[in-house]
Amino acid sequence: MGESENSYAIQMQGVTKRFPGVVANKEVDLSVERGHVHALLGENGAGKSTLMNVLAGLYQQDEGQIFIFGEPVDIQSPKDAIELGIGMVHQHFMLVESLTVAENVILGLYPTGLVINKKEVKQDLRDLADSYHLNVDLDAYIWQLSVGEQQRVEILKLLYRGAKILILDEPTAVLTPQEADQLIEILHKMASEGKTIIFITHKLHEVMDFSDRVSVLRDGEMIDTRVTSETTKNELAKLMVGREVLFDFQERDHEKGDVVLEVENLKALSDKGLPALKGVSFEVRAGEIVAVAGVAGNGQRELAEAITGLRRVQDGKIWIRGKDITKESPWQVIKAGLSHIPGDRIGRGLVPNLPISDNLVMKVYRKPPISNGPFIDYQRVEGFSERLVDAFNIITPSVKTNARLLSGGNQQKVVLAREIDASSGALVAVNPSRGLDIGATEAVRKTLLEQRDQGAAILLISGELEEVMQLADRIFVIYEGEFMGELDREEAAVEEIGLMMAGEKRERRTDEISQSSGGQ
Amino acid sequence: MNIVLERRLERARWAVVIVPIASFLLALIFGAVLLLAFGINPLQAYRVMVSGSLGDQYALTETLVKAIPLILTGLAVAIAFRMLFWNIGAEGQLAMGGIGASYVALFLSDSLPDPLTIPVMILMGMLAGALWALIPALLKAYLEVNEILTTLMMNYIAILLVEYLYLGPWRDPEGYGFPGSAPFPQEALLPRLWGRVHLGIIFAVLAAFIIWLIMNRSQWGYEIRLIGENPRAAKYAGIDAKRNMVLVMLLSGALSGLAGMAEVSGIARRLYQGLTVGYGFTAIIVAWMANLNPWGVVFVGAFMGALTVGGDQLQVAMGIPAAVSSVLQGAILFFVLGGWVFINYRIRILGSGKQKQAGEVNE
Amino acid sequence: MNEAMIVSLLTITIRAGVSLLYATLGEIFTERSGILNLGVEGIMMMGAATAFAVAFHSDSAWLGLGVAMLVGAMMSFMHAFLTITLRADQVVTGLALTLFGTGLASFMGQRLGPGGETMVGLQGPVFPRIPIPVLEDIPILGPSMFNQDVLAYALYLLLPLMWFYLHKTQPGLHLRAVGDNPAAADVLGVPVKLSRYLYTIFGGCLMGLAGAHLSMAYLQGWAQNITGGRGWIAIALVIFATWNPLRAAVGALLFGGINALQFRLQAAGTTIPASFLNMMPYFFTILVLVLITWGESVRKHLGAPAALGTPYIREEKH
Repeated sequence: MGESENSYAIQMQGVTKRFPGVVANKEVDLSVERGHVHALLGENGAGKSTLMNVLAGLYQQDEGQIFIFGEPVDIQSPKDAIELGIGMVHQHFMLVESLTVAENVILGLYPTGLVINKKEVKQDLRDLADSYHLNVDLDAYIWQLSVGEQQRVEILKLLYRGAKILILDEPTAVLTPQEADQLIEILHKMASEGKTIIFITHKLHEVMDFSDRVSVLRDGEMIDTRVTSETTKNELAKLMVGREVLFDFQERDHEKGDVVLEVENLKALSDKGLPALKGVSFEVRAGEIVAVAGVAGNGQRELAEAITGLRRVQDGKIWIRGKDITKESPWQVIKAGLSHIPGDRIGRGLVPNLPISDNLVMKVYRKPPISNGPFIDYQRVEGFSERLVDAFNIITPSVKTNARLLSGGNQQKVVLAREIDASSGALVAVNPSRGLDIGATEAVRKTLLEQRDQGAAILLISGELEEVMQLADRIFVIYEGEFMGELDREEAAVEEIGLMMAGEKRERRTDEISQSSGGQ
Repeated sequence: MNIVLERRLERARWAVVIVPIASFLLALIFGAVLLLAFGINPLQAYRVMVSGSLGDQYALTETLVKAIPLILTGLAVAIAFRMLFWNIGAEGQLAMGGIGASYVALFLSDSLPDPLTIPVMILMGMLAGALWALIPALLKAYLEVNEILTTLMMNYIAILLVEYLYLGPWRDPEGYGFPGSAPFPQEALLPRLWGRVHLGIIFAVLAAFIIWLIMNRSQWGYEIRLIGENPRAAKYAGIDAKRNMVLVMLLSGALSGLAGMAEVSGIARRLYQGLTVGYGFTAIIVAWMANLNPWGVVFVGAFMGALTVGGDQLQVAMGIPAAVSSVLQGAILFFVLGGWVFINYRIRILGSGKQKQAGEVNE
Repeated sequence: MNEAMIVSLLTITIRAGVSLLYATLGEIFTERSGILNLGVEGIMMMGAATAFAVAFHSDSAWLGLGVAMLVGAMMSFMHAFLTITLRADQVVTGLALTLFGTGLASFMGQRLGPGGETMVGLQGPVFPRIPIPVLEDIPILGPSMFNQDVLAYALYLLLPLMWFYLHKTQPGLHLRAVGDNPAAADVLGVPVKLSRYLYTIFGGCLMGLAGAHLSMAYLQGWAQNITGGRGWIAIALVIFATWNPLRAAVGALLFGGINALQFRLQAAGTTIPASFLNMMPYFFTILVLVLITWGESVRKHLGAPAALGTPYIREEKH
């Protein structure tokens, strides 16, 4: 067998993992060579994270075998994984906010040791961090750090424990392009020193730019592994999705009407009290989709919440069809006809423990015919719900089923159905297809386009560039609370938008735009 | 070999029925062990409890007497808990209700026409209870002060206030040292219907109906449900959580206040020490075991009333401290709490290795 | 106010604060690990009752203390088992523990005297005040701080040890992590479940000790409502102290002071009715709560344990 000559760092054979109601991984075979940067590609729900969580000891496979550097292993806990040299950086960082960087890195390492020898440890950490260009202040508290810095702490944690295999789950999802470049540089440095890197992604350009090999997963199965330099984006996309991917929706004729939503010099603070929105202005007309693109955390959430009345407006104004709703409560905004598809589906858009019918009437329960004096006519509620379930093709055993039991896609359809029904042609949609599989994503996007064609004014706030390119008539790019520029659909190029998302480039100034746009 | 808990997608039907029954039985066993440890024959003790609470007409009426305040405060606690407002202050709100009603009975009954006395007492009792609940509600709604502690502290203050009143300025001048207020005049007494069971039983059942109506048929009930299940979604839907918090607590306090009024007017017929005997705390058990359902509260309230009366009988007939019934009540609650696991989770026995909890499949 | 009065006030303040502080420290460690234990009042009652009963019948205060701590450990173990392993709701379980504990203590109080009679009015072994030579000669602080019982002295040593443990040792680091982000700690191999069990039980021990101090040092006897809500005040103090043992000491002193003031006023024959004096601690608890909560929202993020929100509500890991 020649273990030491084995060029494979990882070999997973026939790995199967089941959860109640779903098989996340079906007999997956994966081989990753030492010193490679290996991408794991697939759509949401393909099983990438699950597979890696098995490798990292968070889950245990139901069937199958794993070999690390040629040796068969049984990984029963994250601790086992770390002892084998496997470390994982998750999408949601596992850092203790109230502790310092150094404390987080050494957490769990010396369980029986008494006093922490701070000086010695910190020196070791500093040396390690420097050798990999991981710039971070060891004495800073986690809550003080930026997302990019926190990610570096996570990596440092793994390196300090002697990780030889590093797994990163969607590492660039929360980074600006600049930070992403820095990360890639760090990863390549690690690879050149013999470390094996696996990164999970659903972004094709990342795979093409950064990896040596790419394995594609679809619906829990391993489809194929390719040498990156010998394949193309289209080929990978086809493997990922199982069919030809339509990168463009068919353009339909639609007319733009009057201004429905108008925002002027909007300013708002973040939860921590710092300026998050620094003065944005734009308008959305009936029959058009205006998108605000950008990396998460640049003011999008505050923008959506300010417009829908969920956040105080520091300065500026908001109008719906000429009516000033700047200082209005969420209920007033709803009454003015503006609907909101929130980015946080479970946390905000639905009440998971209540039936679908209760969820569907959330915006209309105060109005007749659903309401009846101070009471609610539950028979009408049922009829109303059934109508919406039909119209939006929501798959559910009954309207009395708890929302929690629906699939992600159907849950989003519930939100969509409710919001579209309640809106009078004005809609704010935040990351509407996040976390949905291909079929559901398509359905959601088609619905939004249909609404637009019927004359709705839609403000789309999305971190998914593909979604923006598919749906928007006009695109604004937001960076650190300001608009970097505005582009029409025809002239939008991904590279240009990417640069704006990173704050690198500015298009025309936004107040020039509001004078020059209008009429097409 | 590893035992692991796996969250169920839907509640186990069988468990919802079996768990309360099994909990009760287990608590009985526990109680039996305790009694044995003190040299008491548990079977004899339980027999006394049953006959003392349900054995004859007198027993039944006494059970209902105890049930009235338990149901009212149970309802009070239930609607607050529905909104995730942990109102531990039912005891204090009840006490204030008693004070409010007593004030009318002792000092205003002369100036009021007789038939109006009781309605005014009801009003004052509910108002006093509501106001007492308002303070922690405002503190939580606008200053985010933890309501468990504030409602609790207000309990102690209210109880001490009652004590001050019946020992001090409202003390019966002809009381011959007996700690309590002067007895209420005839027009301030709730008529008794059956044994000592007074009009308050009507209040209790009516209140249950009204709460049921509110929770299951009204817009307000819908909003309360939403806030309790997902406050962020409720805000997003335009529901004003603060306003609702205050309104629900006013209602909750009013119900407890009504219980206080019923106690001083229907049973004690004066203001004295026996007002604050822990109904407000038992109400928490009642509400929880009834799963916050108003009709469940009626049923569980009656059941707890029986337990309490049984405990009293135990003291009278066998000299065993009545506290045994609160021990039993606590034990039942423990077993119910533990038993809930079966309702929400499935137990799986795995082969080798540890398995982490399955979360959402979201990658 | 002459020196003798100051000394007297200070002495009572410290004496009154000892049991409160023990209970608060116990709850701090419990909550730091992520578990909310609202059963403090019940555990303290049981501690007071068992300590006195055992001490009385065995004629040994130390035995009484030991049993009280054991009882505290057992009760909090129940809480841990229900909330950690059986995933019961922490708030209701704690309340049930209080109801159960106070009921059982009351029951015992009426049945554990000689011949199965009540314990009220009995005199049993106590922890007497032991003045420490030399130290007690320090002006003002001496006669008040160093003329206390053994348990108080133990507390003087315990406080700095606890602070050191939390901030300078590995296990202390683990504790802070477990309460703030159990998932993160778990991934790194910190035994989350075990830690929570251990700290909850440890907390229960201290709460039992606190109860024992009441019936064997501070009040030296058994009364029906001997704890009088101290358990709840301890919970409030945990918030006041922002889960910091040293600040908890300050808070306990504050409330001890209020107790002392009550006594002083009563002894001085004040016209304020006893009931209102007795209301003081509860009233002040509310005031304290309002002030700290209000202050916190003004002060924004302190970097202090955001532990209150995270572990209790979203405790879904293990």
